Amino acid sequence: MSVKVTIDGIAIEVEPGTSILNAARQIGGDIVPPAMCYYSKLKDSGGKCRTCLVKVSKGSEKDPRPMPKLVASCRTPVMDGMEVQNITSPEVIEARKGIVEMLLVNHPLDCPICDQAGECDLQNLGFEHGAVKTRYEFDRRTFEKIDIGDKIQLHMTRCILCYRCVFVADQITDHRIHGILNRGDHSEISTYIQHAVDNDFSGNVIDVCPVGALTDKTFRFKNRVWFTKPVEAHRDCDHPTCNGKVTLWYKGEEVLRVTARKDQYGEVEEFICNTCRFDKKKTSDWVIDGARHVSNKSVISSNHYDFIPLPVVKTNPILMEANKEQFERDTRL
Amino acid sequence: MGRKLLLEHINVPGINTYEVYRSKGGYAAVEKALKTMSPDAVVEEVKKSGLRGRGGAGFPTGMKWSFLAKPEGVARYLVCNADESEPGTFKDRYLMNYIPHLLIEGMIVSSFALGAKVSYIYVRGEMMPQIRILEKAIAEAKKAGFLGKNILGTGYDLELYVHPGGGAYICGEETALLESLEGKRGNPRIKPPFPAIAGLYGCPTVVNNVESIAAVVPIINDGGDEYAKIGVGRSTGTKLISAGGNVKNPGVYEIDLGLPVEEFMYSDEYCGGIANGKRLKAVVAGGSSVPILPANLFLKTIKNEARLMSYESLADGGFVSGSMMGSGGFIAYDEDQCIVRNTWNFTRFYHHESCGQCSPCREGTGWMEKVLHRLEYGHGKLSDMDLLVDVSKKIEGNTICPLGDAAAWPVASAIRHFRDEFEWHVTHGSEAVTRNYGIAHYADPLPKPEVVA
Repeated sequence: MSVKVTIDGIAIEVEPGTSILNAARQIGGDIVPPAMCYYSKLKDSGGKCRTCLVKVSKGSEKDPRPMPKLVASCRTPVMDGMEVQNITSPEVIEARKGIVEMLLVNHPLDCPICDQAGECDLQNLGFEHGAVKTRYEFDRRTFEKIDIGDKIQLHMTRCILCYRCVFVADQITDHRIHGILNRGDHSEISTYIQHAVDNDFSGNVIDVCPVGALTDKTFRFKNRVWFTKPVEAHRDCDHPTCNGKVTLWYKGEEVLRVTARKDQYGEVEEFICNTCRFDKKKTSDWVIDGARHVSNKSVISSNHYDFIPLPVVKTNPILMEANKEQFERDTRL
Repeated sequence: MGRKLLLEHINVPGINTYEVYRSKGGYAAVEKALKTMSPDAVVEEVKKSGLRGRGGAGFPTGMKWSFLAKPEGVARYLVCNADESEPGTFKDRYLMNYIPHLLIEGMIVSSFALGAKVSYIYVRGEMMPQIRILEKAIAEAKKAGFLGKNILGTGYDLELYVHPGGGAYICGEETALLESLEGKRGNPRIKPPFPAIAGLYGCPTVVNNVESIAAVVPIINDGGDEYAKIGVGRSTGTKLISAGGNVKNPGVYEIDLGLPVEEFMYSDEYCGGIANGKRLKAVVAGGSSVPILPANLFLKTIKNEARLMSYESLADGGFVSGSMMGSGGFIAYDEDQCIVRNTWNFTRFYHHESCGQCSPCREGTGWMEKVLHRLEYGHGKLSDMDLLVDVSKKIEGNTICPLGDAAAWPVASAIRHFRDEFEWHVTHGSEAVTRNYGIAHYADPLPKPEVVA
């Protein structure tokens, strides 16, 4: 028993109850709506950021009326015979552009000093859908940085209130002590009376954060992600719910940080425990599985300077000399 | 003037007590429904009456009731939405304050129709006196055997609870109300599922406005057909309108739907015209969320027909030249009121009340508020009007709940109809802080439409 849904003219058969977004992900490619708050591993997530809005031009085979408003594809289940327009609808593109603008209204443009830069969902989204200039001419809301525990820093100014970290704490860790305080555009993620978030899986909030609001204090300001090399590795973790499959981010010989493995939509495959994430930063702790595949569109794949000088240069003294001069010229300020 | 259905005995001394209310024919609807009718017959009667939701959206109440899922072995709930906090609307508070037993009677009949064993009245937190009044009235009704176990010996049990809210406007949205009632943060839920399938505690739930529930009482007493005779077209029955602003006689009026707005505005029986001999400049017909209209478009539709107080006639012309019935919060503005300031004030309200869950509303309302503040104090630019319209368009329809729409409509309509005044605030910046634009051409008769042969 499966239902047929057509997204931007591409038909696919999916399980009943699948959301439009997941049906689109099964098709893959450009027609997948972007999602800032939806996280397939977290129940009840989604519906909040509105970047995944799509147009339903035909409700179902039984009831072919189009839906009156754009719908959040991450939370709308498919119906048999449904027809959905994403990138083929100018209305959707326009609305999405508006949403990106709204998300950036109170987001600081501090990408040059933000640890998330290079792997930030909002940066990608802004690049693809945003306007070049902002029309917002007022002060942005700002917050003091808060340390939640000794390993995680919360920089609320960058938060887009996707609620993902709240769902992680609810569903992955044994108890939640942080949440949303206040409402409207002064609402903030926080712990009640500066409580420290402290449990075995708290580090996962860093991975699920789509922006640089929650960052790893052991990695903060150490390096830019595109200068590091991701390598997949695993270890025999004794935590009952952690299988120890991670990505190590190397700079030279040094492991700068450890994260969970992420799929093509930036979602972690499996959540990892804090011991793996924060305490195991030596190559000897890990069994290397191989280099992580990075899309050639990603900024992380740039600056792979390790193949310079080329092997042939290393053996030829004249070329070595020439390369040295070239290197000095290139690196001169 | 038609017969009053809800406020018939409002001036009887002591009508807020059980004895007086009962002696005036109160609780007859409960006796009639529970003893002589089946629940489905009650639903059928409400359907026949054509009663439409009085909370703002105007969705037919009988239809809403018939959508309620009825799985075996799962509790069903009726929740009364008394979280009335729309600026300009104060009809529910009046009803609860002066004639609380009418609401309780309506709750009993409606709960019976829906098969609910437990029902809640969710009252806005600021209305503490009304909460006390309702609790007292519930205790009285319980003592008289109209609530509790085995009501009137019919074997029907009902417990009725009053639940004070925390005072958030957003909790008037039905799913946010249910979240709040469950003890969570009042964030609207993402639909589907609709409350009729999975509402309070995951059970099928109907959420109705105070006035809709109260209106069930005369429907059962007189019959749905009798109720449907009042009003025009699909707007049947009577409606409470809370008139405020610069009218001579502000207050809550019960009108037959279909009353001409001119009569409502100027007859001494109702608003009595504008106070201090001034002229009408603009009207917000149904609470702050609905589009504002200039006087000329309000009294006459764009086709030069007289506008009536009904769901259809107020919406005549769509968003281009019409407004909405909304929740019945009628606000009139005289010639000395500043529309820019009023729009800013409304937007400030929505900015403050946005729950912050979805991004367009969270960021957009604050943005609009800042731009309007700048305009009001004479620092605006001519491009601000287009910016506001564009931002409001980006919010409208893209949010989880209707608060985004409610925030966008007043701004979009104010700029559509009062653009001159906004522009004057830019071009005469320093003058704008000392005096108002005045009535300008907003009350001029509409030009006759050209006859196209």
